[in-house]
Amino acid sequence: MAAISTPAAPGTFRHQLGGFWKDFSASRGALVGLIFIALIFLVALLAPWVAPHDPALQDRSALLVPPVWHAEGSWRYILGTDAVGRDILSRLIYGARYSLSISAMVVLISMCGGIFLGLLAGYFRGWVETVITRVMDVVLAFPSLLLALGLVAILSPGLTSAMIAIALVQLPYFVRLTRAAVIGEKSREYVTASRLAGAGHMRLMFNTLLPNCMAPLIVQATLSFSTAILDIAALGFLGMGVQPPTPEWGAMLANAREFMGSAYWAVTFPGLVILLTVLMINLMGDGLRDALDPKMKRS
Amino acid sequence: MKKTLLAAGVAAMMMGATPVMAKTLVYCSEGSPEGFDPAIYTTGTTFDATSETVFNMLVQFKPGTTELEPAIAKSWEVSDDGLSVTFHLRDDIKFQTTDFFTPSRPLNADDVIWSFERQMDKENPYYKLANGNFEYFNAMSMGELIKSIEKVDAHTVKFVLTEPNAPFLANLAMPFAAIHSQEYEQQLIDEGKPQQANQKPIGTGPFQFVAYREDAAIRYQANPDYFRGKQPIDNLVFAITPDAQVRYQKLMAGECQVMPFPNPADVKAMKQNDEIQVLQEPGLNVAYLAYNTQQKPFDQPEVRRALNMAINKQAIIDAVFQGAGEVAKNPIPPTMWSYNDAVKDDPYDPEKAKQMLADAGVKNLKMDIWAMPVQRPYMPNARRAAELMQADLAKVGVDVNIVTYEWGEYLKRASAVDRKGAVILGWTGDNGDPDNFMGTLLSCAGVGGANRSQWCYKPFDDLIQQARTLSDQAERAKLYEKAQVIFKQQAPWDTLAHSTVFMPIRKEVTGYVINPLGLHSFEGVDIQE
Amino acid sequence: MTSQTLTMFKFILVKLAQLVPTFIGVTIVAFAFIRLLPGDPILLMAGERGISAERYAQLQAQFGFDRPLPVQYWEFLKGLLHGDLGNSLVTHSPVVGEFFSRFPATMELSLFALAFAVIIGLPAGVLAAIRRGKTLDHTVVGISLTGYSMPIFWWGLLLIMFFSGTLGWTPVSGRISFMYFIEPVTGFMTIDTLLAGDWGAFLSALHHLILPAIVLGTIPLAVIARQTRSSMLEVLGEDYVRTARAKGLSSYRVIMVHTLRNALISVVTVIGLQVGLLLAGAILTETIFSWPGIGKWMIDAISRRDYPSVQGGLVLIAFIVMIVNLLVDLAYGVINPRIRH
Repeated sequence: MAAISTPAAPGTFRHQLGGFWKDFSASRGALVGLIFIALIFLVALLAPWVAPHDPALQDRSALLVPPVWHAEGSWRYILGTDAVGRDILSRLIYGARYSLSISAMVVLISMCGGIFLGLLAGYFRGWVETVITRVMDVVLAFPSLLLALGLVAILSPGLTSAMIAIALVQLPYFVRLTRAAVIGEKSREYVTASRLAGAGHMRLMFNTLLPNCMAPLIVQATLSFSTAILDIAALGFLGMGVQPPTPEWGAMLANAREFMGSAYWAVTFPGLVILLTVLMINLMGDGLRDALDPKMKRS
Repeated sequence: MKKTLLAAGVAAMMMGATPVMAKTLVYCSEGSPEGFDPAIYTTGTTFDATSETVFNMLVQFKPGTTELEPAIAKSWEVSDDGLSVTFHLRDDIKFQTTDFFTPSRPLNADDVIWSFERQMDKENPYYKLANGNFEYFNAMSMGELIKSIEKVDAHTVKFVLTEPNAPFLANLAMPFAAIHSQEYEQQLIDEGKPQQANQKPIGTGPFQFVAYREDAAIRYQANPDYFRGKQPIDNLVFAITPDAQVRYQKLMAGECQVMPFPNPADVKAMKQNDEIQVLQEPGLNVAYLAYNTQQKPFDQPEVRRALNMAINKQAIIDAVFQGAGEVAKNPIPPTMWSYNDAVKDDPYDPEKAKQMLADAGVKNLKMDIWAMPVQRPYMPNARRAAELMQADLAKVGVDVNIVTYEWGEYLKRASAVDRKGAVILGWTGDNGDPDNFMGTLLSCAGVGGANRSQWCYKPFDDLIQQARTLSDQAERAKLYEKAQVIFKQQAPWDTLAHSTVFMPIRKEVTGYVINPLGLHSFEGVDIQE
Repeated sequence: MTSQTLTMFKFILVKLAQLVPTFIGVTIVAFAFIRLLPGDPILLMAGERGISAERYAQLQAQFGFDRPLPVQYWEFLKGLLHGDLGNSLVTHSPVVGEFFSRFPATMELSLFALAFAVIIGLPAGVLAAIRRGKTLDHTVVGISLTGYSMPIFWWGLLLIMFFSGTLGWTPVSGRISFMYFIEPVTGFMTIDTLLAGDWGAFLSALHHLILPAIVLGTIPLAVIARQTRSSMLEVLGEDYVRTARAKGLSSYRVIMVHTLRNALISVVTVIGLQVGLLLAGAILTETIFSWPGIGKWMIDAISRRDYPSVQGGLVLIAFIVMIVNLLVDLAYGVINPRIRH
């Protein structure tokens, strides 16, 4: 019985995973991305031990100190300090916690919500599908940033509202992908077999269909992880993101914007860290897609 | 070097096209005007583009000061009972001639009466058009104050007031009191398009309106008939550039010659730039932290003073204003008459503050500090200031939670009598009168409104009420000086700072004078080649 | 032929019918959106001074904010059907006019950004696919991935600092030098300057377009390069291309012939996917470059709580996005007939 509920026999699972790893690690870029992201996660996790200073500590005698390679710089503040004398490196390290966990939450929320709605739409079809797709169309009809901006303004600017807003604008992509995958899989034999075996709606949706639709969703998840980092930073840039003194990268960038001309380090480093992180996630995502999505697999 | 070459190259291209070399001054303005009728708006951005350029008022502030001097009215007298003011108008003032209007007569008393009637007479077509939304006129209570306006002769107008009011004259120098052309607006009414007055203004001012491209630029040219003579520059362009960083770049590139509101952080670099001169003036403003004096334990003056002593204001000046400001001790700025320099500020002394809090029986105090979400002329970054206060107050055992709301919401909630926490806010003077600060922000009448500390203290209130009705400035100053002493003892606010106004302009610009009221005027400005 | 036209016609009709409920949804969201925002225009107008309760109530009544929400919504819909979205609370002029006087600026910027993306992205993608695995390929892939990961507001600021600030090559912001005051005919500065026959103005307009177009075009460029590369790789692996190659056709010709169609598909896809993104990017780009388009206008309207402008602007933007998506769908139908069925 268990054997029919999944197309692949359990015995081959390890083999599959091995194949996936082989494909994934074949791409050097993907590996670099993975290692970098793992490092950032590690740094974020160990922030209290890694960071040289308390990220909220204001050294009033060291406002806008330049990075160490400048004549006025010192090893005390390797990447310099911000306008109230806080260590930029430490803030970046702690900021990784916020940027990564917010983005992870965004992906989690929009993926769970998207999968649920997408499954409903693809499985039941009919009016359920119509309603869900139309609502998603409405969401997609607005520029995502504008919608997120408005939502944050409504919920009052802050960490949670930024998270919810961005999760909502990402939702339609997951819904559409899941729905398309479910429709594609639904007519397959193993699904029919499972249904004949007496599986209920819930079981069919979550145990039978879902595992076989995961590949594109995982790829989309990495994509939306990187988009989330960018969107949160963009919200921060427009003054609607995570509120200070939280050392979120986008907020750091937005708050330091006025020093673009006089203290470039306060602006450059948060931007650079955002760029690097997003780049590495995307590299990893590329590798994932090559390994998971057979259509995209190199011929 | 390349920048200047490029600018010069483009300029040369233009000179080739026009035989006579026209002098053009470009001002990188900070935003789009809401419209061109100064009576219906309240922002400096709109006033810069209207009252300061196209229009004149009956009286005006002497450039660079808040003293009154003649403008359209060459002289005036106040009756002994203070209930009427008579203005004698100049008889040589012409309204501007443009491609959309040619005046048939010079300015006279009818235009003056019309300019106020349109803001107070419910039957006036312009009153109807704006639905009576003359916000500044209403906010200054002009409707209640003016009983009637009488035409004595063609060039004499008499304002009859309902009560003696010392700041009334200064109010007439404010942008909302600009004198419009009755002939032009009547013509528009007859043509059925009165709204055009808000798109293409006609006034008597030094510059006349040429064209406006939304969110991009406004173009003016010198008014050849201006009653003080034609301006030295021929064209004036407002290049709308909302981002301070970008304005700075444009100034350096020579794309504009004057810019307002630089980032305080950039000022140092600007001062070192050979092509730029940075004018500076103390601003006519104050930033403050208003406790809610009706909530425990902030109802005790000792607690408020203790908290004031725990906050390092110099640190705020350094980190938030980048030095572009000075620590405030009084609720009015030092450049204003009646400023009491004898008042001593409570010093920064965390140890004493801790002691005072303990003496007052305050332990484990938790409080909110409100930081406004927007940058204002008196406070470049309220959040950063709040972060500094948070750190300072933590040292005396006070746990601060920083809150913020959307700006409109912030203003509304900050006014509520039962508001929790202290709010960071400030004020920029409208007319240079001390009543405009103390009367608006600290009177009993302002509780639940602009009086954000919800502070109604009889001895103080009596002084400022009495000062409002006197017309002798020396008498008034004495009362206000006394009021400032009481204010300091009671400490409804922590007076934080008076910001410095910086105006970076290019070296070749001459004759620019900083307006203490935060407006920008280009009368008398020239460019040296 | 006729049956094909008929299917096409039916396809269009179905698509149009699907738009109706979406559009109603859009109006509801736009209407609700602004009313859910905290704060209101009256409070903002009053500023630090504050406003008395009576005056506040009076203004509320005047703007119609005191009426029940369904009534307000109905009024909004009624106006919408007549093409009237009300008047801006700030400028007092019709929202529709305000919107369409700024829309060409956004459109011009977006078109130039897209052109920049296509002109560079397409050849880069093709070359990368041909030289697969070589240094050139890695470079293109690397650069496009970086472009794709770029926080564009940061990117814009860096470019301004460098090209306008340090080098002084490009103007810092705006659409055209202050010296030219071109009467808007089409609203496209490049076209209007040509209509006015003013070369200097035309060059100035182009000069002002460079940086913003690059900033806004960066992400589409990356997407197009990637898309082209992968679709090219697919095509190069197809049997018929192999056959063609085996037949002795030069690889150059094979590429030219077969790329065109795929390139077209990838560009259409990108446009379709990117309209929303492009508009979102336009909001940031216009903010940085003081570009007088609808993105900046919307941000201003939101911050001023100009209800009619925000709700009207949202509806119009959503409407435009929907129409473009529809056109993209139709274009797909033309390029790739399989989709119609």
